[in-house]
Amino acid sequence: MTVQAMLNPTPLKLRVRAIETLTPSLKRLSLASADGKALPPAPPGSHLTLALPLDSGRTRSYSIVSPADERDAYSLIVRHAQRSRGGSAYIHHRLAVGDLVESAVPTSQFSLHSLARKHLLIGGGIGLTPLISFLHELRSRSRSFELHQICRPDEADAFRHILEPFAGPDIYLYTGRAGLDLQAIMGRQPLGSHLYACGPEPLMAAVEAAATNVGWPANALHQESFGASGGAPFIVRLARSGRDVAVGEDETLLEALEAAGANPPALCRGGACGECITGVVDGVPDHRDHFLSGNEKASGRWVMPCVSRAKTDLLTLDL
Amino acid sequence: MTIAFKPNESFRPPFAYSNSDAGILRFPFPFPSDAYMYSVNLEPHVRGGPTEAFSAVFDVDEHYIAECRERDLVLRQDPKRCLVLPHMMSAQWDTVELIMESLAADYPDLFSLERDGDRWTWTNRPLQIHNQFIFGEADTLPRPPFEYITRQAQGDFTLQDQRDGDLFMDGGMVTTQADWSLAFDLGMSFHEWHGPVPLAHEAGVFDRALQYLLRLQHGKPVRRLNWTLTVNPRLDTSPENYPNWGPDKTSVTAENVGEKLHVRVELQTLFRLPRSNAILFGIRAYLASFSEVVRVPKWGRRLHRVMRDLPPELVAYKGFTRYYTTAVDYLSRCDDGAPTTLGIAPESDLREA
Repeated sequence: MTVQAMLNPTPLKLRVRAIETLTPSLKRLSLASADGKALPPAPPGSHLTLALPLDSGRTRSYSIVSPADERDAYSLIVRHAQRSRGGSAYIHHRLAVGDLVESAVPTSQFSLHSLARKHLLIGGGIGLTPLISFLHELRSRSRSFELHQICRPDEADAFRHILEPFAGPDIYLYTGRAGLDLQAIMGRQPLGSHLYACGPEPLMAAVEAAATNVGWPANALHQESFGASGGAPFIVRLARSGRDVAVGEDETLLEALEAAGANPPALCRGGACGECITGVVDGVPDHRDHFLSGNEKASGRWVMPCVSRAKTDLLTLDL
Repeated sequence: MTIAFKPNESFRPPFAYSNSDAGILRFPFPFPSDAYMYSVNLEPHVRGGPTEAFSAVFDVDEHYIAECRERDLVLRQDPKRCLVLPHMMSAQWDTVELIMESLAADYPDLFSLERDGDRWTWTNRPLQIHNQFIFGEADTLPRPPFEYITRQAQGDFTLQDQRDGDLFMDGGMVTTQADWSLAFDLGMSFHEWHGPVPLAHEAGVFDRALQYLLRLQHGKPVRRLNWTLTVNPRLDTSPENYPNWGPDKTSVTAENVGEKLHVRVELQTLFRLPRSNAILFGIRAYLASFSEVVRVPKWGRRLHRVMRDLPPELVAYKGFTRYYTTAVDYLSRCDDGAPTTLGIAPESDLREA
């Protein structure tokens, strides 16, 4: 019997259904199911990891702005990054309606707290995108919330357009940071409120500072972060055979070992079960697992290849 | 796929339960080696495993109709076996969607789902259920969404809400459990509801498992096997009904042990739910009598070795003390001492009954 994905055959095959230019640097994409079958629901706060035909072979992740119940297509809003490493430039200049793209099933590490009395959303620029998926959920469930969004003055009309479906007294749009008094906004929220922030680093730092000043509970402060699955490339050397295997930015150490035909035992692939524990002969592991104890990690004698990487350019394993 | 259902089976006195030959061979035997100890034995829930029980998202077998009727009997006596806290409504709908879509995709002859936007039509042929409803509007279904759909699936289900870096058991349908109570555990955190388990806390098993589950991803379900022994083919071995099944333990003799004692395996599955970010935990129980299990020579040898060498703490925790010696004596006759291969696949035909 062959082993295959239980739920959705991956990668998902998507076809570009529409591209809408919102501003010179913002485009909204609609990516429909290529075969017409229902797509997996997009969790609020989730991102879509696209395999674009880029020279680097790297994938790109963008927040989904369509509601979970929309199963025939996913919508994304993509900003053309000034320092684009290829992804947003490709989407803005080369991607066309009708093109096929592949993606992973959308996943989320940024979710609404089920017991929050009120939800306070604070977004900066394109950081609005994951908050939009929250707005669908909050509006459809009639939950109490406020959104405070900052944008550049020249993009105010575009952001007003994006937020139009949610318009109401609980939506605030600011052109620039000056009008946004974080401390005052946070200070007037009822006990039991949860805050979700997504935006550029200075805004996130300001949110954290205001949280400290008003005594906002740490467990009620949520910031968008992406999973740490990738990292800098490095070389793994197999001590017993002397072979060198390159580990790319977007693959795990375990995947690289498997692709090279070295198959250490593995089970959970999430750094919990301990099955793939491997001895380290030389080099410094970058531990990302939950299996090894603090002392074991500090010793540098073992590594869990399913999630961990290397801090050194070369990691020599007892394989 | 054609399944010959056995609608007249009974999981309470007078008992009427057995596995067909094919049913024995698809049993998810729980021991991949000759020794057993707790571990974080989680793996991706992918299609295609060592037996046929691993072929579907939610496995349906010959006991489906009878198990759904048993669930109804339990709920009639004790409606509190299904409890869901109010903040879990979107998790209820997530569960409806996942189970309906999976059953319809895996068993198109038995189940069908038609969707027209939020207007859904669900047909369950084995149970002769046909309903049209609006997805997201609870009063368009004859029962609350989670109860409605879990009445149509084998095995227990719990809903874990994820918040504050922990998991909380904030809902469930639990009628076929191995001596734990949803009404007691409802609202507990991950470490609280695992509190009674011996040895595993010290080994850090639950700390690691929690960290792993907090990162469980939508679309990438995982599974593990758990096991115990049950006297008689009872599914409802609940604390609430202990007076009904507790005395069964005294009824095991050298003469009846092969038919009375059942290996109870739980194929446990964990799914990240999309809208709610909750986790659906499926606890699908399989029962096979000792006399059925030992018809697979490899399983007979291995079950003997595992039981013989079980740590005394586990013998006590799992409630085997009363009949432990009788069970090991019976199994010793099925173990010729030959070596066994790793893994749970049967690797041979059945011995004659």
